[in-house]
Amino acid sequence: MRLFVFLFASVILTGIIQGKTTVVCPDCPVNNFMRAAFIAAPHDTIIVKSGTYPSINSIITKPMTIIGENYPVIDGRGRDEVILVYSDSVTISGLHVRNSNRGSMKDYAGIRVFQSKQVSILNCKLENVFFGIYLSDSKQVLVKGNHSKGANYGKSDTGNGIHLWKCDSVTVLDNYMEGHRDGIYFEFAKHCHIEKNLAEKNYRYGLHFMFSDDDTYVNNTFRNNGTGVAVMYTKRVNMFNNVFENNWGDAAYGLLLKDIGNSVIEGNVFRNNTIGVTMEGSSRMRFENNDFTRNGYGLRIWANCTQDTFVHNNFSGNTFDASTNGQLQQNIFNYNYWDKYTGYDLDRDKIGDIPYKPVSLYSMLIEQMPYAVMLLRSFMVDLLDKAEKNIPSITPEAFEDKFPLMNMIKR
Amino acid sequence: MIRTENLEKSFGKLHVLKGVSTSFEAGQVVSVIGPNGSGKTTLIKCILGMVVADKGSIFFDGKNIGRDFQYRNNIGYMPQIGRYPANMKIGQLFSMMKDLRKAVTNTDNELIKEYALEAMFDKPMHTLSGGTTQKVSAALAFLFNPKVLILDEPTAGLDPLASEILKAKILKAKEEGRLVIITSHIMSEVEEMADKILYLFEGSINFYKTVSELKTETGEERLGKAIAKIMKERMHV
Amino acid sequence: MFKIAKYVVYDILRSKVLIAYTVFLLGISLSLFSLEEDASKSIVSLMSVVMIIVPLVSIVFSTTYFYNAYEFIELLVAQPLSRTTILLGKFTGVAFSMLTAFFIGVGVPVLIYSPNATGFVLLQSGIGLSLVFISLAFFSSVATRDKAKGIGLSLMLWFFFSVIYDAIILGVLFAFSDYPLEKAVIALASLNPIDLGRIMILMKLDISALMGFTGAVYKKFFGTGFGFFYTTGIMLLWIVVPQLVSLRIFRKKNL
Repeated sequence: MRLFVFLFASVILTGIIQGKTTVVCPDCPVNNFMRAAFIAAPHDTIIVKSGTYPSINSIITKPMTIIGENYPVIDGRGRDEVILVYSDSVTISGLHVRNSNRGSMKDYAGIRVFQSKQVSILNCKLENVFFGIYLSDSKQVLVKGNHSKGANYGKSDTGNGIHLWKCDSVTVLDNYMEGHRDGIYFEFAKHCHIEKNLAEKNYRYGLHFMFSDDDTYVNNTFRNNGTGVAVMYTKRVNMFNNVFENNWGDAAYGLLLKDIGNSVIEGNVFRNNTIGVTMEGSSRMRFENNDFTRNGYGLRIWANCTQDTFVHNNFSGNTFDASTNGQLQQNIFNYNYWDKYTGYDLDRDKIGDIPYKPVSLYSMLIEQMPYAVMLLRSFMVDLLDKAEKNIPSITPEAFEDKFPLMNMIKR
Repeated sequence: MIRTENLEKSFGKLHVLKGVSTSFEAGQVVSVIGPNGSGKTTLIKCILGMVVADKGSIFFDGKNIGRDFQYRNNIGYMPQIGRYPANMKIGQLFSMMKDLRKAVTNTDNELIKEYALEAMFDKPMHTLSGGTTQKVSAALAFLFNPKVLILDEPTAGLDPLASEILKAKILKAKEEGRLVIITSHIMSEVEEMADKILYLFEGSINFYKTVSELKTETGEERLGKAIAKIMKERMHV
Repeated sequence: MFKIAKYVVYDILRSKVLIAYTVFLLGISLSLFSLEEDASKSIVSLMSVVMIIVPLVSIVFSTTYFYNAYEFIELLVAQPLSRTTILLGKFTGVAFSMLTAFFIGVGVPVLIYSPNATGFVLLQSGIGLSLVFISLAFFSSVATRDKAKGIGLSLMLWFFFSVIYDAIILGVLFAFSDYPLEKAVIALASLNPIDLGRIMILMKLDISALMGFTGAVYKKFFGTGFGFFYTTGIMLLWIVVPQLVSLRIFRKKNL
């Protein structure tokens, strides 16, 4: 990553040194942004002073640097797309891009990057755009410090904040996405690094990816999105220290893992979600040092998940720690803390002497008869659960933590 | 003063009162007697409104009592076994009863004095002996100067001295023109105080006569014997 | 009426059972709040206490009291007081005493440690359930003649509402699981005061879990202003109706 930054920096520097600089302002000889981008020679620098400039499909076909000062407004006037990058080695920074067209015919974008390499989109503001930043068929792109607010049209009529299709080695850093369909959307985007982004109040997912292997997600926050974060059909994903919180609603979850394999989920916080993590057909996953706090369900793991390992996680304040939809259970739970554990620790090794069964009879009943959720926390349900704990008959017997910790792991 | 018309009362299958029609006049002591289970207490409780009759009516001063409760302002009641809130002290009991009947200003504290109850005002009810409880019951019955006194086995459990005090009080009430209704098993006592005897048998009035009538009719000097004689005659008829 | 209530309260406040109940509730509340650093978790545990212990103690204590104070009632009935006044006075007195115990035992700790919406709803349910079960206790007291039967009936009512009723709901759900049952379940649950009290708290507490799946339906119904008035209204009916029935019986009761 550092290497990329160095490369990008040197590209910018060479641009400034080698090319000539054009200043665009409302009273300058060049007062048209579209024209400035068109006439610039390779490796030129365009400095855009504050003002409002119409920009309908401004096409950048040469390597260049565009620097906005005091966020000049680049206005697409709702006609088509706003800025299109069709060249390698382009840097765009400090622009306020707004008013792309919208609709179902085409994925109109605020800034589109197509078949390019070594492009940087830095510190731009995007407003009232269908898609924010749209990268396709591109490599080695840096998207950093941007702030994108989707056009407020509702779920069906909004595009994604940062959208990647068939990309490689893209770094997405320090961005903010709000009011889009998906905050960040990846399809066939490999070897990417996603760090310190905040996606909130998006209509569907904070983060949504498919077929995007070998990506790493660090220190991101996905909060209060329509249905949380959904990731599918992908291998070798690393998710470290992210926060998934406040995703409430019918079938909402912190994180949905569908057909994910060989991935590591570590140090994340799942807090106040209807379901903390829901897993379908996901195998050889490692969950370590995560906190599942105050979710409706901490973990919902389908019976088709195998060889997953859960170690050193904290489960506290969840209505149900875990639930599953079948008798089969082929995953390993060890050394987790469960606040509902009522066992004892006679040998004082801080590990409970009897196993903990996170799946209650009642949570299994709800799977069968969803309306029974009405009986939650009733005396009768408590009695049933207690009876089932002692004589398991319906809950999967193998679903247990053999070494439940007595105390919550301090982070 | 009090008139009952055709009072009927059953407890389940047990037919306790079978059409009791009678009246009680002021300035008299009426003794209601009869064997156990003859309906004495039920009759009294009907008059008090503690038991609701199945059929028939009760008139107090010419007014049908129906669902009314105000007429009870004129009745003082002494139960056979006085039972009171256990934690309450005697003094509190008296002040509570006064509090509940705020309308009455001049209370009759004679029995409280004569039974020296004031000295025990700090004693909780549950520590009292049966006799003392009866003294409290008696004092409560007379407390509000009622026109009618209904006393259920008043001297049972009282020591002779206390009994005498109560008897004197009853006679005094009669002199004052009040109506006193007593149930009692002790014939000598009945003889001492009663003007009229109401004999209940299996829920019906067997006879209702003055003491002197009874004695002349039977030619017996003692009331107990007189009553026994009447009963025998009736059985043979 | 309030005069009678005053003497009832005076009588009850010195009873050891009520003091024990207060101390018990206070002990549980304080230990739950002090053992758990997360107050919302303490509320969850406290909720089970409120849903089970409070109705149980309310109904058994009130029935026992009614029978133990039978002589007091006899005394009052012979006085110039209407039976309605006597019974309502008794009810007011018992209710005031029980609510005082609940307020000291649960109310004060909740107000100190968790003075939020969930806490208030917990108190509201607790107060509602106390009143409902005192009302039911009066019903079983006037409907039976001796103490053992009265307490037996009370215990049965409690057991019915806290366990059997829910088992019936579960049975219905199981039998008709192929049908859309949300309306039926709402109707069934709202006919049981304990379920109603529980749901009121759930709406605040387990909002995230309830939102999932069919929970959303319930949330839509009970979570709204209408739902609030509905639950409060049904709770009031549960207090008023048994009391009215008790009055009807008591007016004709032979003492």
